[in-house]
Amino acid sequence: MSNIAVTDTAMPSTAAKPFLTRLGAGFVNRLVIIVPYLWLLFFFLIPFVIVFKISLSQTAIAMPPYTPVLDFKGGVSGFFAGFRNLNFDNYVWLTQDALYFKAYVTSVIIAAISTLLTLIVGYPIAYGMSRAPATIRPTLLMLVILPFWTSFLIRVYAWIGILKPEGLLNQLLLSLHIINQPLVILNTYTAIFIGIVYSYLPFMVLPLYSSLEKMDYSLIEAAKDLGCPPTSAFWKITFPLSVPGVIAGCLLVFIPAVGEFVIPDLLGGSSTLMIGKTLWNEFFANRDWPVSSAVAVILLLLLTVPIMLFQQAQAKAQEQDK
Amino acid sequence: MNATWSRFNVTSIVLGFAFLYLPIVLLIVFSFNESKLVTVWGGFSTKWYVSLFHNQGLMDATWVTARVGVISATVATVLGTLAALTLTRYTRFRGRVLFSGMVFAPLVMPEVITGLSLLLLFVAVGLDRGFLTVTLAHITLTMCFVAVVVQSRLVSFDRSLEEAAMDLGATPVKTFFQITLPVILPAIVSGWMLAFTLSLDDLVIASFTSGPGATTLPMKIYSQVRLGVTPEINAACTILIAVVAVGVIIASIANKRREVQRQLDEQTAQRG
Repeated sequence: MSNIAVTDTAMPSTAAKPFLTRLGAGFVNRLVIIVPYLWLLFFFLIPFVIVFKISLSQTAIAMPPYTPVLDFKGGVSGFFAGFRNLNFDNYVWLTQDALYFKAYVTSVIIAAISTLLTLIVGYPIAYGMSRAPATIRPTLLMLVILPFWTSFLIRVYAWIGILKPEGLLNQLLLSLHIINQPLVILNTYTAIFIGIVYSYLPFMVLPLYSSLEKMDYSLIEAAKDLGCPPTSAFWKITFPLSVPGVIAGCLLVFIPAVGEFVIPDLLGGSSTLMIGKTLWNEFFANRDWPVSSAVAVILLLLLTVPIMLFQQAQAKAQEQDK
Repeated sequence: MNATWSRFNVTSIVLGFAFLYLPIVLLIVFSFNESKLVTVWGGFSTKWYVSLFHNQGLMDATWVTARVGVISATVATVLGTLAALTLTRYTRFRGRVLFSGMVFAPLVMPEVITGLSLLLLFVAVGLDRGFLTVTLAHITLTMCFVAVVVQSRLVSFDRSLEEAAMDLGATPVKTFFQITLPVILPAIVSGWMLAFTLSLDDLVIASFTSGPGATTLPMKIYSQVRLGVTPEINAACTILIAVVAVGVIIASIANKRREVQRQLDEQTAQRG
């Protein structure tokens, strides 16, 4: 079975059909593949090539603000002349300025800690949902998905009012006499953690839930009957069986969190450092397109392995569904 | 089931949902605040909604966002459905690994990278930044989400229905429109809605790819938030949440009704 699978399955009848109809079917089949393929090639893959290309050029005061690289206008000789003009100055610059290195490292650490926190917060919710009566499970599922439909920006914005020094959380804690002075949470890394855990929680809960829901609960009962305490039954049976969900959830949180911009910008303030914000500022404030391209290329390289793992997990899940 | 476990489960669900919903509820409550301070209650008022409708910049941005959302979601739904068909139906063709990579990678790709790379593409091909470029960018991002939603429905699809239709003489194209499409329609509808909300929601990619005259609502909200938090933004956010919530509720009711109808049809068919 190749790319004409649909016609293959109906061989007996199509064989008797006029030639033109069959040709049409083959054409339609090819179109189904070609249209989205070309779209993604042009709007997703080629842009990365351009980013890489521009990361090798120089900043210039012009529009667009970079020197031309690999121009095909000059023919073959012009192309090779362009090759000689390529340089890795922007990358050298990134290694020389400690700020960028620090931003990368901080982003990865923040994303890793937030992913772990999201897992810790999300696991009990997913577990509770998977053990809930079957009649209310769809409602619970809907309730987890619903915040995902409300704007990311709005949900992050909502936390500013809560975490501010004169915000709702401090008002509550002060009125309960738990603290005497307002806590400084906004514009710290703590606020970023809260923001990421909050915004990405549905991404963690959904894959966890789908792997926990499939689990055979009688395994736990069998373990209990054989005298296994609940805690070790959890670590020996439930958790290992939910590992695919844990991996998918962690990747869904970790990868976008590394390059996150809105949360560090609105909740982290100016004192926190993350690479997504650095890239944004390089681009919008400094208007340095080549350096921001170089920042993006390195960020992409950093994320290649997690993204490939994510893809494999997706392909595997797809195979199992069949 | 063990009672302590069950109590633990209920507690974790309640706390989890409180964490998910409390910030949104507070945001909505304070949009009706008389006081200009977002966090101090000064009595009930709808004046921020009134001032919202007199804010021309915000209204223009809303109109731009709605148009970008509808156009990009519609195109993305077509492309995403085709991509989903490709992923589930054509298991072997040259470049399939690359294709599935290009469908799944945008789902997790940090937005700053996607935004920057699309902008550089538009500059390279000489396309002026504006309404068109934002729409193209949103199509690219959201079609992948549509593809995943539709694909999950296609995987559980009973292929023998299609085979029966074609054995009875329907052309593949006719089979698709008469058999396949009605079955996967709920997934396509929720794919469209997801694409629309993602477009409505996007700040980062829009900021990179938009130009003068095509400021979207999130861009407007973001620039106002940077200047300071005001109840007017709360009001704008509340309206946005209400629109999406109503849409989701209507879609889920319609979905449920269609499901019930389908089950009834199946029962009738079995009896007949």
